[in-house]
This record gives sequence, C-alpha cells and structure tokens, in this order.
Amino acid sequence: MTDVRVFGSDGLDATIAVLRRRGYDVFGPTLRDDVVTYGPIESVADLPVGRGDEQSPARYRSRARGDGALFGYAAPVQSAKAQFLPSDELLWTSRPGDAASGPVIERQAAERRPVAFVGLRSCDLAAVLQQDRILTQRAHADVAYAGRRAGAFLIAVTCSDPADTCFCASLGTGPSPGEGADVSLTEIVGDGPHRFVATPGSPRGTELLDAVGAGPASDEDVAAAHRVERRAVTRMGRELRTDDLVGVLYASTESPHWDAVAERCLACTNCTLVCPTCFCTTITDAGDLTGGAAERRRVWASCFTKDYSYIHGGSVRTSTQARYRQWITHKLATWQVQFGSVGCVGCGRCITWCPAGIDLTAEVATLRAGDTALKSSRAAGPRPSPRED
Amino acid sequence: MTAATARETVGTDPMVPRLFRVVHTRRDTRDTHTLVLEPTDGVPLPFRPGQFTMLHSFGVGEVPISISGDPAHPEVLEHTIRNVGAVTASLVAAQPGTILGVRGPFGTGWEVGDGKGGDVVFVAGGIGLAPLRPAILEVIAQRSRYGRVVLLYGSRTPEDLLYADDLRAWARDGGVRVETTVDNGPPGWTGRVGFVTDLVPRAGFNPVTAFAHICGPEVMMRAVATALRDRGVSGTRLRLSMERNMKCGIGLCGHCQLRELFVCVDGPVFDHDRIGPLLSKWEL
Ligand SMILES: Cc1cc2nc3c(=O)[nH]c(=O)nc-3n(C[C@H](O)[C@H](O)[C@H](O)COP(=O)(O)OP(=O)(O)OC[C@H]3O[C@@H](n4cnc5c(N)ncnc54)[C@H](O)[C@@H]3O)c2cc1C
Ligand code: SF4
Ligand code: SF4
Ligand code: FES
Repeated sequence: MTDVRVFGSDGLDATIAVLRRRGYDVFGPTLRDDVVTYGPIESVADLPVGRGDEQSPARYRSRARGDGALFGYAAPVQSAKAQFLPSDELLWTSRPGDAASGPVIERQAAERRPVAFVGLRSCDLAAVLQQDRILTQRAHADVAYAGRRAGAFLIAVTCSDPADTCFCASLGTGPSPGEGADVSLTEIVGDGPHRFVATPGSPRGTELLDAVGAGPASDEDVAAAHRVERRAVTRMGRELRTDDLVGVLYASTESPHWDAVAERCLACTNCTLVCPTCFCTTITDAGDLTGGAAERRRVWASCFTKDYSYIHGGSVRTSTQARYRQWITHKLATWQVQFGSVGCVGCGRCITWCPAGIDLTAEVATLRAGDTALKSSRAAGPRPSPRED
Repeated sequence: MTAATARETVGTDPMVPRLFRVVHTRRDTRDTHTLVLEPTDGVPLPFRPGQFTMLHSFGVGEVPISISGDPAHPEVLEHTIRNVGAVTASLVAAQPGTILGVRGPFGTGWEVGDGKGGDVVFVAGGIGLAPLRPAILEVIAQRSRYGRVVLLYGSRTPEDLLYADDLRAWARDGGVRVETTVDNGPPGWTGRVGFVTDLVPRAGFNPVTAFAHICGPEVMMRAVATALRDRGVSGTRLRLSMERNMKCGIGLCGHCQLRELFVCVDGPVFDHDRIGPLLSKWEL
C-alpha cells in the first residue's frame, strides 16, 4: 500500500517550521510586485493566499481567486533555478602569494544553508532533475551546484489551476509531481475541508510527515486529489506534439520561417532567463592589473546574445534568425540527443514573458506543417556565413 | 571562504586552475609567441595531441589554447598564442616567471595512431599548425610505423610561417615532406604563392591508405576537406579541429554548441563524416 497522508494548512505551517528549525532556508511561492515568484518564506502567511493568475502570450495578471487556496496559480515568474544555479556566483578569488608558489586561489565554501522548497511546481521539479542530469551526471560535474542540490529538501505540489500558456501534460512533467520530490502535495479547496494530500517520495519525506503528525489519508481524500489532477489536465491551454521533434527541427535548419520569427523576436533573452532548464553561463573576470587580487564569477548567459557565439573575427550567429533557431532547436531537438529528453517541461514561461508573445508550441507546429515547402527552399543551398567574408 | 592551493583542488573542481610558471618565451612571428610553462607543483600534465587547455591570465581572463608541445615531454607545457584581443595580448606579453592558470587538458585528440601503416597528411593554415605540432612530433617519434608523411602549410605571408626551425628539421631528419605556400609573397619571395588547397593534388600520398588531419580557419578547412574527399580520402579518415566560443571547456556552459555537439568535449577534433554536413549550414 502506498503511504498517503493528509493534513490541513496548520500542518503545512508545521512543516515549514520544522524545516526552518532543522536549518533550511525555506523557499516557496510569494507575491512580489503582484507577481508570484519563489522567495524566502517563514510561514503559510508568506504564501500568495487566495491569489491566482492569468497568463497568456506576453501577458501576466495576478487576480483574487475568492477562495483560500495557497497554490492556486500556474508557474511563478522564476523557477527553482535561481536557487540552485544562481544568476551570479563567485567561483574563486585569488591573491598574490609568495614568489615560489604564485597566487593563492580561494574557493567559495558552501557558505549557504541548505535550501528547502515548499510548493515547487511539478514542471519545476522536472526541470531541477534535468539540470541535475546536465550539471552533475556527465563527464564533468559542477561542484557548487552538486553541493547545493545534495543538501536540498523538495516539497512539490500538483498544479490545480494551470494557465493558458501551460502544456506540461503533453510532456509528462505534470500536473502532478513525478519522482524526485521528498514529499508531493495536492491541495484540495472547495471539495470538503481545505486540506493537503501528501505522498512521501524519500525516507526523509516520510520522516518529515511523521514529525508533523500527518495522519493517513482516507479513500475520499485520495479520490479528491485525483479529481484535482484530472481537472488540471483539461484546463491546460496548450499542447506540444513531441513525436519526431528532432526530425522536424533538423529538416527546418534552412527554413524561411526563421525570417518570420525574427521579424517579431527582439532577442531580449527573457525566454532563456525565465526557462527553468536553460543552463548556459558565462565567466567574468575582474582584477587589478598590478598583480593584486582577482576574482572569477559565473553568471547566466543566453544564446540570444551576439557575444554568446563570438569568436575572433565575428560571432557565429549574427542574425536573430540563427539565434532563435538555436534556442528552439536546443530546447526541443538537440537536447534529446545530448541528454536523452526534451529540454522543455511545458511551464509556459517563455510564452508569458516574451514581450512579442512568441509561442514555441505555435512555431514548432508551423515548422511541422511546412515540411515539404522547406525541402524545396533548402535546395537553394546555404546562405554564406558572415565569418567567411 | 576556505583557502586551498590549486593543487589540493585538482580533480575536485574542474573550474579551478592549476598554477604554471612561464619558464621560457619565444617570438614566432610579429603577432605570435610560444610560451613554455612548468607546473609549480611539479606534477606533469600528460595530454593527447589535439587537446587544449583553458589558459588563464590572472585578473584578465581565460581562453582556450591548444597544446603545441611534445607529447613525449608532459613535464613542460607549450602553448603557441596569436595576439588577437585582450586575453591573448596579455598572454603573449607574459615574461619568464609569470604565473598562469591552467585547466585541462580538455577535448578529443587527433589520434594519429589510427593511421598507422598508411600515409599521413597534415594540412595547416596559419596558427592552425600549433595544434598539429604535437601530432606531427608523435608521428616522427614512430616514423617507421607510417608510410609517406606530408605537411601542407599555408600562411598569409612568409613572415607568418610558424616554427621555421621545426619545418627544416622535420623535412631534413623527420622524413616529412614539407610544402609551404603563402597568400601574398613580397618581392624577392621565391617560394610558392597560392592557397593551401593548391598543394593537395601534387602532395603525393595514397588517398586510400592516407589519414588526413586539418587545422585552420573554417573556410580553409572546408575547402581542404572537399579537395581531399575529391581525391578519395574517406570522411572517417579525415579529421579537423573546430573553434567555437568556450567558457568552461567541460560541457557545462553551453557556449561551444554546434547543433547537438559540444565542441569542447565531443571535439575539438572531429571526423569529417560527423562535422562536414554541419559546416555547410548557415550560422549553425
Ligand atoms: C579549442 C581551441 C583551441 C585554440 N587554440 C589556439 C591556439 O593554439 N593558439 C591561439 O592563438 N588561439 C587558439 N584558439 C583561439 C583563441 O582561443 C582565441 O584567439 C582567444 O579566445 C581570443 O581571446 P581574446 O580575449 O584575446 O580576444 P577577443 O577578440 O578580445 O575575445 C573576447 C572573448 O571572446 C572569446 N573568443 C574570441 N575568439 C575566440 C576563438 N577564436 N575561439 C574561442 N573563443 C574566442 C573568448 O572568450 C575571448 O576572451 C583556440 C580556440 C579554441 C576554441
Ligand atoms: S522552453 Fe518555455 S515552456 Fe519550455 S521549459 Fe523553457 S520556459 Fe518553460
Ligand atoms: S536554449 Fe540557449 S540559453 Fe537555453 S540552454 Fe540552450 S543554448 Fe543555453
Ligand atoms: S565550452 Fe562550455 S560547454 Fe563547451
């Protein structure tokens, strides 16, 4: 029998309190400037109580739900990425040492307390697991990331009220959390008492549920949780067909459609910054040239900038066409070749936060439909690369 | 903060460099210098010809640079650097005694040994001879295992030819047929003028047994690869080394992606079969 528990919002408060007592920095959804984002929380009162959202291409609005739901909105503007792969991180500093041994390099120690998430969206949980695979399970590991993840405690939540921009159901990344969470919650509002059905996903999760005294769920609790999930699936505004994405995007390499997208795309980098799976970073060096102290930082980068592909003589991807193509091809196609899964978890953030409202599900559908037209235009041959002028 | 010497962190964090001291410098051309480095901790840096390091000038920055030294002597690290911007300017200006940071070696090698028993063709353009030098030295060290060995080398002007002493020694004692050409010959230049592709037809190798290794600007590599394939060299016996922006060297920063490839870990050396089709695509 699977272990399923139930508790009320006081039980959730107790959960946050226990995690804080155990030394975690607890993060959860909070309302900041009328936008839901993950931030530090100390109690249930810090959650966006009774708030919902409306998300559509280039549009986000917070709204009052008229109920007491704590998790009644879709993807917050930022995912958990900011906590595990910070947007700006000190890698090391150096100071001059003695002449024989040279500069002394000092690494940043794990100075932060371990992080716990309460109310992590299932799409964001799936994204964390993707970044784990990319950053810690390949030939070389990101040591700092691995350290932050190893200590983290994740309480994920079923999405009850997805947005028009959501399509996690197409990708199997939601609306209910899959593996990888220590505890998975489903919030039940307006169907009996306000309560949370909780399933432990690790021994630590079981232990936490015991510690807050979460009792066994009834058959009716479990059935109500299933109803929440089923309703969420039907409410998603978008869909992404995942068959043969590699074939479709590779065949579109020289599609004229990139010109149409580039007319709208501002190459502003919003989509990569809000994407929970995008992992690109760059390095910045600073130091005084007298041979004194120096420091290296690592900051988020985006394939939408010209610098990103710069090599002596000019950037490889000078055009917005090529940069949008890189982005969508990476998310949906080459990611699969590199890491064994689609690089999109269907959170819809890139659609909501794109100032031009560009929608990758629509773009890929156009490319799919244009398959034969593309083949004929491709016969015209490659455009010259500017690097070769 | 925990203080750690670079040595303690070797193998634990690939983003932290080891420290190397410049022990000797050589000016190769007007804009290109070779640095000879030794590890401050005395631990050698074995490498495969074709691999690169991320070379760090403290307080300035870090760039990918191929190893140009002899693989039989991992106790010294050699880099040949062309000054094209901020970091390379700082590196070519390094004086003996300067401490630099080194991460690596990273990436795939030429694996010239795959061509044992057959002819070997090296084709270099400009600074592209630097990454090939360790492979040429590897072949010369086991010269009897190979058939004919040819180096076709093109540069902009005669003053831009690298490793003049090496070129003479390889031709004289190494059993290497060395052919050079320049794009522009000054008055009085008696050598060849023309593109390096022009050297391919008369290089005198057996295309069926030959293994070819190409390094230079991307346009040049494309032209040479086409010329070699036209003569019958197969795409699995033809390798080239790619250049892309690199910030980590270890597959984590994303910058070096070329469609599904991470040039830093899947390359920089690729079989032409794999990389050739991607090179003809616009701004990939
Ligand atoms: C695998 C590999 C091996 C290389 N081997 C050598 C070598 O042996 N000798 C040599 O002289 N050069 C080599 N290069 C090229 C060398 O890395 C660039 O010339 C250098 O990065 C330029 O940096 P900069 O700061 O001086 O120039 P800037 O033009 O000021 O460049 C700014 C930044 O852009 C990036 N960048 C610029 N050009 C390149 C480039 N060609 N490749 C990658 N990133 C670049 C770097 O991050 C650099 O710091 C190699 C490049 C790669 C990818
Ligand atoms: S590509 Fe868009 S929808 Fe997919 S995970 Fe990234 S931000 Fe979310
Ligand atoms: S889509 Fe662009 S920014 Fe995002 S991971 Fe891929 S290359 Fe990096
Ligand atoms: S250089 Fe960072 S991924 Fe290749």
